[in-house]
Amino acid sequence: MAPPNAHIVKSFDDDLRALRSIIGEMGGLARSGLDRSIQSLLSFDMELAERVIADDRRIDDLEMEVEAFAISIIARRAPMAQDLREVIAALKIGALIERIGDYGKNISKRVASISDSKYRGAGSGVERMGQMVSEQVDDAMRAFLDRDPYLARAVNDQDEAIDDFYESLFQTLLGEIAEDSELTAPATHYIFIIKNLERIGDHATNIAEMVHYSATGEYLEARAKGGDATGLTLPL
Amino acid sequence: MPDATVVHDEVVMADGAKMTARDVDVFYGEKQAVDKVSIDVDSHYVTAFIGPSGCGKSTFLRCFNRMNDTIDIARVGGRIELDGKDIYDPKMDVVQLRARVGMVFQKPNPFPKSIYENIAYGPRIHGLASAKADMDEIVERSLTRAGLWNEVKDRLDESGTAMSGGQQQRLCIARAIAVDPEVILMDEPCSALDPIATARIEELIDDLRGNYAIVIVTHNMQQAARVSQRTAFFHLGNLVEYGGTEAIFTNPRADRTRDYITGRFG
Repeated sequence: MAPPNAHIVKSFDDDLRALRSIIGEMGGLARSGLDRSIQSLLSFDMELAERVIADDRRIDDLEMEVEAFAISIIARRAPMAQDLREVIAALKIGALIERIGDYGKNISKRVASISDSKYRGAGSGVERMGQMVSEQVDDAMRAFLDRDPYLARAVNDQDEAIDDFYESLFQTLLGEIAEDSELTAPATHYIFIIKNLERIGDHATNIAEMVHYSATGEYLEARAKGGDATGLTLPL
Repeated sequence: MPDATVVHDEVVMADGAKMTARDVDVFYGEKQAVDKVSIDVDSHYVTAFIGPSGCGKSTFLRCFNRMNDTIDIARVGGRIELDGKDIYDPKMDVVQLRARVGMVFQKPNPFPKSIYENIAYGPRIHGLASAKADMDEIVERSLTRAGLWNEVKDRLDESGTAMSGGQQQRLCIARAIAVDPEVILMDEPCSALDPIATARIEELIDDLRGNYAIVIVTHNMQQAARVSQRTAFFHLGNLVEYGGTEAIFTNPRADRTRDYITGRFG
């Protein structure tokens, strides 16, 4: 007897499971890349930074796999209702995770430049922000794997704390540049790094939004996504 | 006691529906095939009735032009109105009703007569054409609307039954159109056709939309998703859910609808 929620055509369930598992693997790799990029930054570990950069290729490959698989499921299975929402969500989440991987890679790419400078000021702030963002990615992925709209909403709500943290770090770094112009180069790298982290937080929130839509058919109410003090994005 | 029908806000009609059904029951002898079904059919849209075999969707469709009258053991209760008039009123002229509410069946059923006569038959018995020229015009217009004119204009004297299945079905649609109906009921109109002929019928339904209220019964959910703007899901004689087609196929509210359209066990 098939489980109550199973498709009559069992291989359809196999397809959806396989699609989820690729997304799960991507999420794990992206989070690990993010954690290791922060670690390489804090310890100026060039070797680790290089590995993060190299490993990102695997995430890119998996994203293409997700895309091809999702298109194939749509073409062959003509998914409807929650199945359709799940496949579309997987397609979009795959792209979001791929971007998260890229941001981790970008952070690692700055390790060499920063390690040349004596500046160590922003380290603890970046470490803390990296943890917050990493947990955010983890929560978003758990919400996806558990189809949990409540956790998805919580991720959405937590993004504001990351944005606030980003703003305060940003102001601190601007202040340090103003005080000592020799810090302009390294502090600017840190500004890009925290901006990358802030964007990862936004992408985790976007993942959570897709999870919520996939699980319930309803969109989470839109909220402004952060970093407004830099003047680059406008509040919605 | 079945769950109440889930009716989406977007199909609740502000002004008059073309056809309304209220608490419609259909019994075949002792067996109840349709159980207290209420629905409004809007003249601007294609409404699809979907559901598994035996759910009552075809039986219910056939109430809209009293086709069930032809079945001795069928008994229809409740009320069905066309433009606010009870179609089961004893004073209702059933022949007239079936001209206003035409029907296209699963298997194309052209008369064993010429293509021309297939179209001309209805207008003639309803007295819609007084002169040959008028009739010629009706025949050409009906075949044109059904997307068939160019294919058959040079062989109008040939038998309707000598055409391909898809052409026969379009001929039947042309025949229904010829008497200038207000509503067209289609009962699985493509189930005997190949995908190309099916696509032609779907294209035709799209063309006809807006000129007639169209109600289509289909087993093929993809077809319902493609051709309709309103979808009603039937199960075990109940109308389970009625809503906009997009909402039904992306975010159905009733568990039974969801399980059916996603191909899960109920």
